[in-house]
Amino acid sequence: MTELYRGLWVVAYRELLTFVSDRTRIAASLVFPILFLVIFGAGFGGIVGQMAGGVDLLTFMYPGIVAQAVLISSLFAGVSVVSDRESGFLREILVAPLSRTGIVLGKAIGAAGVAMLQVLMLLVLAPIVGVRLDPVMIAQLVPIVLVLSFVLAGIGILIASFAPTQQGFQLFMQMLVFPMIFLAGVFFPVDSVPAWMQFLSKINPATYGVDAIRHVFLGSGPAAAGLGVSVLGHTMTLVEEVALIAVLGVVFLGAAAWRFGRNE
Amino acid sequence: MIDVRDLRRTFGAIHAVKTVSFDVTEGEVFGFLGPNGAGKTTTISMLCTLLRPSAGAATVNGFDVANERSDVRRSIGLVFQQTTLDDALTAEQNLRFHAFAYGVSADVRERRLRELLTMVELWDRRADRVRTFSGGMKRRLEIARGLLHHPRVLFLDEPTLGLDPQTRRRIWEYLGELREREGLTIFMTTHYMDEAEQCDRIAIIDHGQIVALDTPAGLKGAVGGDLITIDTPNPEAAATELRDRFGLKAILAAGTISFQVQGGETFLPDFIRSFGRPIAAIGLRRPTLDDVFLHLTGREIRDGVGSVDGSPALDGERAR
Repeated sequence: MTELYRGLWVVAYRELLTFVSDRTRIAASLVFPILFLVIFGAGFGGIVGQMAGGVDLLTFMYPGIVAQAVLISSLFAGVSVVSDRESGFLREILVAPLSRTGIVLGKAIGAAGVAMLQVLMLLVLAPIVGVRLDPVMIAQLVPIVLVLSFVLAGIGILIASFAPTQQGFQLFMQMLVFPMIFLAGVFFPVDSVPAWMQFLSKINPATYGVDAIRHVFLGSGPAAAGLGVSVLGHTMTLVEEVALIAVLGVVFLGAAAWRFGRNE
Repeated sequence: MIDVRDLRRTFGAIHAVKTVSFDVTEGEVFGFLGPNGAGKTTTISMLCTLLRPSAGAATVNGFDVANERSDVRRSIGLVFQQTTLDDALTAEQNLRFHAFAYGVSADVRERRLRELLTMVELWDRRADRVRTFSGGMKRRLEIARGLLHHPRVLFLDEPTLGLDPQTRRRIWEYLGELREREGLTIFMTTHYMDEAEQCDRIAIIDHGQIVALDTPAGLKGAVGGDLITIDTPNPEAAATELRDRFGLKAILAAGTISFQVQGGETFLPDFIRSFGRPIAAIGLRRPTLDDVFLHLTGREIRDGVGSVDGSPALDGERAR
């Protein structure tokens, strides 16, 4: 038990330490969301005008952009496993008296911590895009970001366990990350796209994370007005979405821990 | 300190290590010498609990490598062939991570960290990222890291591979110092002969088996004594005289006569006085571990690219 706990915190600590000592990564994690907001917001805002429920595009996109930051930094947990394997540092972790499950959970918690830091940085933009913040919202965001991070980190580490080299892995991740972001409803309401695309969106775990974060920022009004995610005719509520992500998190992290313990 | 009984490891049909047994006593520097692919790394991986033995048993610091893995891991320090540092972190951060991972208490950690970084002459560079370090500095840092949690045994897998002679000598100085101060047991693999000379005892491993195990002097003694070479105007006659008067079997190659005697330095003065012919040049060479390896296996250690790949576990990382 102490080996699980110690593995968990030392690995998480190192992920956070690596992030905070990498200025380029910090800058990039702030610049990209702003670019997306400015370019897409300005580009489409004029065409789209106001969306259902009186929401404008920028306001609609902002929670999606926040979710996108979580998505990218969480999937990064997988990248970090592969790059640790290539640099040799993974071996330093593996020979230490730490449990394998603890190491995988530590990677996921580290990724969640990084995601959380990025989300907090992005909150600075809220007033600019017309989203009002209050402490209750921030308190709600924390658990949502955590569970969403765990699912995506689990997926990332699971894929990493199949990837022999970093190049192959990164290529695959790019093929995965972009469709995942675009289909998750970051830039448009999922319920308003063609049926085939709706299907892809609704089997994408990230969709529910994006929508959950949107619920927190914009309340349940927009969802009721058709900007939410409906599954089989039922509009998903915040609690349902968080529960769904949490279950998926357990599944994916469990699978990742199992694969990691067997392979490394 | 290390007790190995009939240890074996196979990878599918490949017998990387076939039945190896030996003991290493406390405070000893024990060397594993052999060509690439001889099974050195596979053996070290089993002793470090990174690889499960296919058969046989081994204990390190009294703990079983198959069943008491965490206790073994806490008892050992490891320095691998390839670096295992986090380049993005500083020297100090790398060491702290290690201390956290091994549960070293905070007061011990900071004291030990300073002591070790000072010893490997990296204290001034402690706040620099490892990315900026040279190969020798990285290896020194890894040695310091491997010792941070007060291990009883330090495992070194080719510790000075690819380093310049000066750095190699420096690393040997640290290791000697540690051994004296902390009674550290050192287990190392190498294919450098001069490095093997530093060991108290050497096991020569070839094709997954130990072919000889002794002190460096003992191993060399088994080869058949010192090698003496003579240049003389009439080598054929000299060879005859050597055979008739001294009972020595001389070999004639490229105009030079060579033969082996025990205790060459006491033999030579008498020999020069009593030898009836002019000598242009005379040479005495002690047998090296190269000669020992050649004698035991019929091959030079350098060209010994074995048919057995002995290190999939550490090179491939994923093999299990």
